[in-house]
Amino acid sequence: MKRLGFRVFVALVVGFALFPFGFAVFTSFLGGNALYDLRDIEASSFGIANYSALFESGQYFGQSILNSLQVATTVVGLSLLLGVTAAYALGRIAFRGRGLLLMAILAVSMFPQVAVMAGMYELMHALGLYNRTFGLVLPYMLFTLPFTVWVLTTFMRELPRELEEAAVMDGCSPWRILVSVFLPLLWPVLVSVGLLAFVAAWNEFLFALTFVNQDAGRTVPVAISLIGGGATSRELPWGKLMAASVLVTLPLVAMVLVFQKKIVAGLTAGAVKG
Amino acid sequence: MVKTLERPAQKTSATGLARQRRRSAVAFLAPMVVVLVLVAFAPLARSLWLSLTDARIDNLSGQFVGLSNYVGAYGLFFTGDGWIDPRWATAVGNTLRFAVVSVSIETVLALAVALMLDTEFRGRSLVTAAVLVPWAVPTVVSAKLWDWMLQQQFGVVNLALAQLGFERIAFTTEYPMWSVVLVDVWKTTPFMALLILAALKMLPRDCYEAARVDGVHPVKVFLRVTLPLIRPALAVAVIFRLLDALRVFDVIYVLTGSTESTISMSGFVRDQMIENGDVGLGSAASTVLFVVIAACTLVYMKAARVRAGEGT
Repeated sequence: MKRLGFRVFVALVVGFALFPFGFAVFTSFLGGNALYDLRDIEASSFGIANYSALFESGQYFGQSILNSLQVATTVVGLSLLLGVTAAYALGRIAFRGRGLLLMAILAVSMFPQVAVMAGMYELMHALGLYNRTFGLVLPYMLFTLPFTVWVLTTFMRELPRELEEAAVMDGCSPWRILVSVFLPLLWPVLVSVGLLAFVAAWNEFLFALTFVNQDAGRTVPVAISLIGGGATSRELPWGKLMAASVLVTLPLVAMVLVFQKKIVAGLTAGAVKG
Repeated sequence: MVKTLERPAQKTSATGLARQRRRSAVAFLAPMVVVLVLVAFAPLARSLWLSLTDARIDNLSGQFVGLSNYVGAYGLFFTGDGWIDPRWATAVGNTLRFAVVSVSIETVLALAVALMLDTEFRGRSLVTAAVLVPWAVPTVVSAKLWDWMLQQQFGVVNLALAQLGFERIAFTTEYPMWSVVLVDVWKTTPFMALLILAALKMLPRDCYEAARVDGVHPVKVFLRVTLPLIRPALAVAVIFRLLDALRVFDVIYVLTGSTESTISMSGFVRDQMIENGDVGLGSAASTVLFVVIAACTLVYMKAARVRAGEGT
């Protein structure tokens, strides 16, 4: 009886977690009446019309995907590069003000995005980055960099001291130590932190909505939010919308399934390790 | 004898090394610090300054107006009609309601899911992966997904309701706040469950062995052993989520727009700043939000340190 109750609970949780996305995948292949009334489903209701509609000429959806990919990968690359060097200094070198700097980094990761919006708007204009998709890399560092530095520092601290001492004995420069001794040990963490930074940059909405103002330059979340434009909820092209949603989410879901353990490790390290 | 001779020599080389290391620390840290100042502290300071001006979106070089964006007839507080501007009050109220309700529900659900994932059963890693899926779905997409499922005429939820003989419900217009909470709960419970699960995994197993041998009721074990032991981690998870909930923007913006019944503090800021062009007032509101979140952050840091202090 108890076992049955437990199984029902597991089934409910899994159902609640998977149903919405599964349903989106299902309806994204539906066309005609079947989309609006599941009782009208026949074999001919299924097709990829919703998907091909996204990539028809005059649509910017393909461009949006490229925009998001470009921005997210650049953000990940920069965050990891700056994060790993900073984490080496923060995690392994004693210097005055280290505690303060760490607290400042943690504090920045809590900044509400809108708190910097006016200043960021001005900065983007001043640097000529306003309305340029690639310019989004700058504001995105606000949430990827503190997180990356924080998690990498936690892991950097836990690496054995002896390794570094041996390298120092051999006359390695700090840069050599970082690249040839620590990096090979850290790459699993780099992968998990990189994935999390990628997810965050891929999903970001507020800055992308505010700082890019032309259809060809949109990132994918903003493009999705604008499908159907001002249409009311009953007139929205739901089939197309679901197709777009699936395309944007599938890579992330695949990543989660493949790198499940790493992502969990990164998530918990970012939030829990004080 | 040899020792005393060796020590000074070692010391000088050690301090030389330490100095060299400190120099490299500066070089390693500089780029990160520069970027952080550029994207966080400088814009924050500028926003603070702009909140003291009458800057508009098309002309940011406004006049200094003191605190009049904060208090007075055109400010957020003590407007003359009342102690708080009604639109701002709505945004603050919505945000607090959203944060408290959704984080409460998420905490209870996440605790249940975490306890489930902490039990040995067949297919556990598959279930963990499944639970993680909503977390991976971008917020905008989850809002649109649920919008579609909750849609009044064609939504699958209403289709089910109709099959069961109930009236169709226009969820997002009749119960906008609950719709937003539902989407948020769906999306973020997994994240919280994982944080709690991490804490559960670090619990000493022998306590449970002893309890089982003594035949203590599982509920009692949970209340007397598990809960007190994971409380610090739970506090961290709750505050972490609370901070996130207080700055909520996209799920609300996409699901229900800037309607009065759900607009959040972040939504209010963006509305004032970008749609109305009133950068001064928007920045004042964002500064208030920042102060609220900073206060919560201090609590979080305390909680995090408590946890670190308890020897994890």
